[in-house]
Amino acid sequence: MDPLLSLQHLKKYYATQKAVDDISFDIQAGSIFGLLGPNGAGKTTLLRMITGIFYPDEGQITLDGKAFDPINDIQKIGYMPEERGMYKKMKIGEQALYLAQLKGLSKSEATEKIKYWFRKLEMESWWNKKVEDLSKGMSQKLQFVVTVLHEPKLIILDEPFSGLDPLNANLIKDEIYGLAKKGATIIFSTHRMEQVEEICDHIVLVNLGKKIIDGTVSEIKQQFKENIFTVETQEAADISNNPAFSVVRHEGKKILVKINEGFSSNDVIQQVIAQNNSIVSYNELLPSLNDIFIKLVEDTHATARAFQNI
Amino acid sequence: MHKIWIIIQREYSTRVKNKRFLLVTFLMPLLIIGLIFGSAYLSTRGTENRKIAVIDPNGYIKTSLKNTQQISFEFPENIDTTNYSSKGYTDILILPKFENNTKADYILRSKKSMGLMLQNSISEKINSALEDQMLQDAGIQQNVLDSIHKASQFAALKAYEDKGSASKESNAGLAMGIGYASGFLIYITLFIYGTMVMRGVMEEKTNRIAEVIISSVKPFELMLGKIIGIGAVGLTQFALWIILITSLTSVGMSMLPADIQHQVTTLQQSNGQMGAAGMAQASESAMRIYNMQHTIATANWPLILSCFVFYFLGGYLFYSALFAAVGSVVNEDPQDAQSLMFPITMPIIFSYLITNMVTQNPNTPLAFWASIIPFSSPMVMMARVAYGVPSAVSYWELALSMVLLIGGFLFTTWLSGKIYRTGILMYGKKVNWKTMIKWAFTKQF
Repeated sequence: MDPLLSLQHLKKYYATQKAVDDISFDIQAGSIFGLLGPNGAGKTTLLRMITGIFYPDEGQITLDGKAFDPINDIQKIGYMPEERGMYKKMKIGEQALYLAQLKGLSKSEATEKIKYWFRKLEMESWWNKKVEDLSKGMSQKLQFVVTVLHEPKLIILDEPFSGLDPLNANLIKDEIYGLAKKGATIIFSTHRMEQVEEICDHIVLVNLGKKIIDGTVSEIKQQFKENIFTVETQEAADISNNPAFSVVRHEGKKILVKINEGFSSNDVIQQVIAQNNSIVSYNELLPSLNDIFIKLVEDTHATARAFQNI
Repeated sequence: MHKIWIIIQREYSTRVKNKRFLLVTFLMPLLIIGLIFGSAYLSTRGTENRKIAVIDPNGYIKTSLKNTQQISFEFPENIDTTNYSSKGYTDILILPKFENNTKADYILRSKKSMGLMLQNSISEKINSALEDQMLQDAGIQQNVLDSIHKASQFAALKAYEDKGSASKESNAGLAMGIGYASGFLIYITLFIYGTMVMRGVMEEKTNRIAEVIISSVKPFELMLGKIIGIGAVGLTQFALWIILITSLTSVGMSMLPADIQHQVTTLQQSNGQMGAAGMAQASESAMRIYNMQHTIATANWPLILSCFVFYFLGGYLFYSALFAAVGSVVNEDPQDAQSLMFPITMPIIFSYLITNMVTQNPNTPLAFWASIIPFSSPMVMMARVAYGVPSAVSYWELALSMVLLIGGFLFTTWLSGKIYRTGILMYGKKVNWKTMIKWAFTKQF
């Protein structure tokens, strides 16, 4: 399958810093893609180039098989920026209608779609309210509706769940899955790793304007695993360091072991069996994305603020 | 282009539907008319009355000094500067003896200081009384003098402009009034609508809606849409004001007593020449109304109105683009806006001051240059156009001024567009004009 969006050697330099320094990656159509990175890594600049707000200094963006043309391709993109805003004094229905029309929908088409989405997200009674009367979470929902209203092929969501209660966050999450299932491609930019692990098929981490990792969540976890296994036994097992593995720590009847280079995970089981102890569970312990990213970003000493650990 | 239209519609309708717009639009003409009538009323009723004791050693002007409603002269006995106020007089006037026609001063002493107008009117009365007395001394009868005075009041200066073979009645007072009023209106509206554009841009930036919109339209389209939308609001307001004022005036006219209305129409039909008999019939108020209408009709209204619309729009586009640029670089702090606005408001205020001079002298070199340069031309050219085209302003001057203004606002819009697109997405950085100009002339994004 051809990628929906392909970035080749994108560069964007500001006077004082290299905001985006030679970044390339592909995003498959219909996938949920996570764009991660600490604050100031260059995510927003990258997203602004993808949405046609900024022009790259160098490099190419290919959307849907053709060179990206900001003026016409804007209709194919829905962008929900992190710092989102609305006209405070304008009625919600009128506001949604205005933004939808700016995306190229006709008035009747837009009205119909807004009504559909308002019904779906239980916002029907909001039409004549003003934004200043909405809570932060409510205006977030409105933002989401406005972003996806014109059925874009590429939906870019920058921290879509911040400020939402768990109930509404799940509601939006389900909509995101639904849109991806219908063929929309979603770029998801966030600091919150547990959401990334749950939602994203594919992720890219950027730091200091460069791409650090690129792959599926399981690939990356495999890449950064440290060969640590947990063994849970019936009786407290008595195993000690040997050439095959070393004990990381004991947790009651659980033992964490790190298998040394050149040995296999079976070496641990053999030793337990030899002691006539029965095994309850035996698992490989994969690092969490959070751990991986903190490790990678901390190494560079670049963060203004590390990832939020929720 | 379609998207700009959507933006214009929003900018226009949210403002026109706003209660404050309706309030200002409908109250302003009432306020202006109220002010005019109110000040006229106060100027007739509100002034103080003066009772002046006159010491006239040789009775020189006793017979010819005339009293009015406000000023009454009396010639009491045994009065001097120490006791005039205790005897109920507000002032005391001491005349010299006027011997051998030598120049001499008369002295006015008051307990309460008096305004310039009142002083002038007193000295005018005394001088004309002296003049009358001298004429009588020279042998002219009092009744001859009275009839001369009466006759001379009917004569008035009528200036005509020669345009080829035809000549047209002109009125410098009216021209000055129109020039001043339109210059002032443009001055006020540049501020009102310019800051409205600036606040609109600031609102979009601080609300953070700018980024949402800019992912759908180009920054330049957003800026232009806002400027045009608010300009349309301004035109709507002017149109409503003109309609309101003309309809209020005609309502006011129809409420006049029937005989005065009849007299006014007769005066109009006879073109003001009713002959002595007719003049006597026409009441003073009918004459006044007729004169006002007649004077107003001497101005070339279609020319003035179309120039006004052009210069209002041109000036508005020229300056509002700059206001938009300032709005786009401000971060939430209105204090920043104040200092950044200064270079824009200065030329507006200067132009207004020049306009005040030009309304009196439309043909000085200062008036010429200020009416050509786009920074000041919207106000200053209006002041000159009121004196007539081509008599005060030649066609090429008007054309040059208009072309330069169009070029000027295209330039400021281009310049501001460059500043705006950088500024609207830039947060947390304090910006001055130097950086703004740098943004305008370097490639950005």
